[in-house]
Amino acid sequence: MSIEVRIRARRAGFGLEAAFASEASAVGVTGPSGAGKSTLLQAIAGLAPVEHARVLIHGRALVDTDRGLNPPAHRRRIGLVFQDSRLFPHMSVAGNVAFGARYAADPLPVEAALALVDMTGFGDRRPNTLSGGEARRVAIARALAARPRLLLLDEPFTGLDGERRETVLAHLIQLRDELRIPMILVSHHERDIEVLCGHGVRLVEGRTVGPALG
Amino acid sequence: MFEPLSSAELEALLLSLRVALVALIGAAPVALGLAWLLARRSFAGKWLVEAAVNLPLVLPPVVTGLFLLMIFGVRGPVGGWLLETFGVRLAFEWTGAALAAGVMALPLMVRPLRLALEAVDPDLESAAASLGAPPSHVAMRVILPLALPGLLAGLVLGFARSFGEFGATVTFAGAIPGETRTLPVAIYGVLQQADGETLALRLAVVSVGVSVLALVVAEALNRRLRTRVGAS
Repeated sequence: MSIEVRIRARRAGFGLEAAFASEASAVGVTGPSGAGKSTLLQAIAGLAPVEHARVLIHGRALVDTDRGLNPPAHRRRIGLVFQDSRLFPHMSVAGNVAFGARYAADPLPVEAALALVDMTGFGDRRPNTLSGGEARRVAIARALAARPRLLLLDEPFTGLDGERRETVLAHLIQLRDELRIPMILVSHHERDIEVLCGHGVRLVEGRTVGPALG
Repeated sequence: MFEPLSSAELEALLLSLRVALVALIGAAPVALGLAWLLARRSFAGKWLVEAAVNLPLVLPPVVTGLFLLMIFGVRGPVGGWLLETFGVRLAFEWTGAALAAGVMALPLMVRPLRLALEAVDPDLESAAASLGAPPSHVAMRVILPLALPGLLAGLVLGFARSFGEFGATVTFAGAIPGETRTLPVAIYGVLQQADGETLALRLAVVSVGVSVLALVVAEALNRRLRTRVGAS
């Protein structure tokens, strides 16, 4: 398992220059607010314009602008769990999880995806009836159901209290170990990265400045 | 005052409904396209498109009718071509009344449609894209359903405006009974007759009734849709 990322982007006076490579199945990105962590994930997902991008998973390029491989976001099969969950308010939980199924060759069934995050039985609920932690878990299930080749998680623990935080963390560890989906996790808490990721990098003012972990 | 509608009155009512519906069917896709353009795209000369769309709102309706006559009349560039090529005549026909009503309703529809589209959180679009949805699917599965209550409001406004159109219609399509004499044109017509007030009032009550019914139906639909899209 290996993850290699090299991104260069410029946006309204802010320059992002991030590069890291790891043999771990989960890489953590930490750094102060405004360091460009969310921008980095959006650039990897194809949601922010880049000058140069190269994303390799197990040596296989998902994006490589040098070789003209720069598919739009919807063709990258890179899942992104947003900090604010971004569930579709006009669909049920099951509808949200099933959203990406028609675009995946081998989608994960809705019930299976919900079971992975311990949300079985929530399929008929509306997003506005969920707590923050539940919404986050549904967002993770929704990303997984589309069978991403790489899963990006933007501050998945923000706004969760201690117990809910541990629940989401436990689910992510399980996904990493059982589904073996490569992950890049952004968090400004170094502990999250220590627990979940075999490798960490630090981003300061848009630049990777060496490992976050010793 | 409270007798059933005469055949001429019924004719004017049905014609108005037909004109307003056809105007709505014709103008709605154009209004949606313009609203989309103005809400989601930035391009050079955008203000010019915006100004052109709003023009019928600020011009006297008679002037809009005159412009329509100059363009779509049988001697106008488009009207002449339509007549020669397809044998289609718009001026002084009920289809012309629908065109006039549609043009007048367009700016009133574009505004709420645009607001409805702008109100949809663009973050949901990036979420849909990251799940594999191409832009056309994002529009159909996320943006349009979420904008639906606002879109509906725009359509009802367009229908009501078309139903009540007078100035441009009478200038471009005239007041031919059974052909272009819509309800508002008929109201004006009977008012010109001696002691026509009672007749005018009867037609006015019918006109108010249709408009109120449209608003009630729209509000009921709006409530159901808002619940469906999870709005509080």
